[in-house]
Amino acid sequence: MWKKLFAWLDERLALNDLYKATLDRPEPKGNWWNTLGSASLFLFLLQGATGIFLSVYYTPSPDHAYDSIQYIMNGVAFGWLIRGIHHWGSSVMVLVVFIHMIRVFVTASYKYPRELTWLIGVGLLLCTLGMGFTGYLLPWNQKAFWATTVGTAIAGSVPWIGPFLLKALRGGTDLSALTLSRFFAAHIWILPAALTGLIGVHLFLIIKHGESEFPGKDD
Amino acid sequence: MAGSHNISRRDFIKITTAAVGTFIGAAIGLPAIDFLIDPALKSGKTDAWIPLGKLDAFEIGKPTLATFTRSTVNGWEKTVNSYGVFVLCTSDTETLVLSNRCTHLGCHVNWNVDKQEYICPCHDAQFGINGEVLGGPPPRPLDRFSGDQVKVEDGTLLIHFLEG
Repeated sequence: MWKKLFAWLDERLALNDLYKATLDRPEPKGNWWNTLGSASLFLFLLQGATGIFLSVYYTPSPDHAYDSIQYIMNGVAFGWLIRGIHHWGSSVMVLVVFIHMIRVFVTASYKYPRELTWLIGVGLLLCTLGMGFTGYLLPWNQKAFWATTVGTAIAGSVPWIGPFLLKALRGGTDLSALTLSRFFAAHIWILPAALTGLIGVHLFLIIKHGESEFPGKDD
Repeated sequence: MAGSHNISRRDFIKITTAAVGTFIGAAIGLPAIDFLIDPALKSGKTDAWIPLGKLDAFEIGKPTLATFTRSTVNGWEKTVNSYGVFVLCTSDTETLVLSNRCTHLGCHVNWNVDKQEYICPCHDAQFGINGEVLGGPPPRPLDRFSGDQVKVEDGTLLIHFLEG
């Protein structure tokens, strides 16, 4: 019965091929350093899931942002857990993505034919940092407000286009409701969409080329 | 290793991965479900004894409006609502407490001294001094606080007020 059902689905969805390509593909001899990409993917999914849950209560407006987070922390069952995972998970994700990059650099895995996997990885790192930067403002407390004031002011110090960048980031000359709502849009729509697309290509390329072997003494 | 306890390295990894995955999924998934349905699990019902004033301060035979406010918290937003009741002392110990909310659409009724009627300003509903419908659209008499919803403590009249 189940075998028949699976065979029916497999014929149409290529489940076995998918399984072989993703989870059962041949790997060079590696170690725990090779698991950081998967760890990054797991953290991305974890941040995505907890972020979706948080958006059920969070309200991106200066009048409500702070209070809605207080409510998540104290008024909603397991709100402290969901937000705690999202809060600490963001730091862990930046860390893991960064160590992943260092591992790829040290083992020279960015070389032919994986240059584009590396470049897309750079995009993924920047998007991850962007998620951290935009998410930091959302609690709308003193730390968030001034960190974003400083962060956007740094962008404003770029020669020639600085004032434009600052206004584009802040949605005006000052930090305001416009800043909060555009950071929120970037945090839950623009950057996650970019991340999802880039992760898709990144994974496709990894499956296509396979993982690189660690360089030996002769390399 | 001998006998039926043999398990291949692959199967061990598969089972361990599935077990750890299930554990992590449950550890996050189950609290997340509670997180989502939390507002539906809160009762939102509150009750309180509201003091309306000294009983002997109410004139016998004359309906007197007593007002009070109650605040409710929805999520992180606090709303303050005003309520009013008409207190009618029929004797030194007997009282009749009527809500001032018209039973038609909830406007606040007023006591009209000349007509000796409660009149609703919205659709001209008329209620008698005991709250009974005399005319207009209301479907039922004015709500009354009676029995164990009313008590007198140290000369102060209190009503048991329910919300939600």
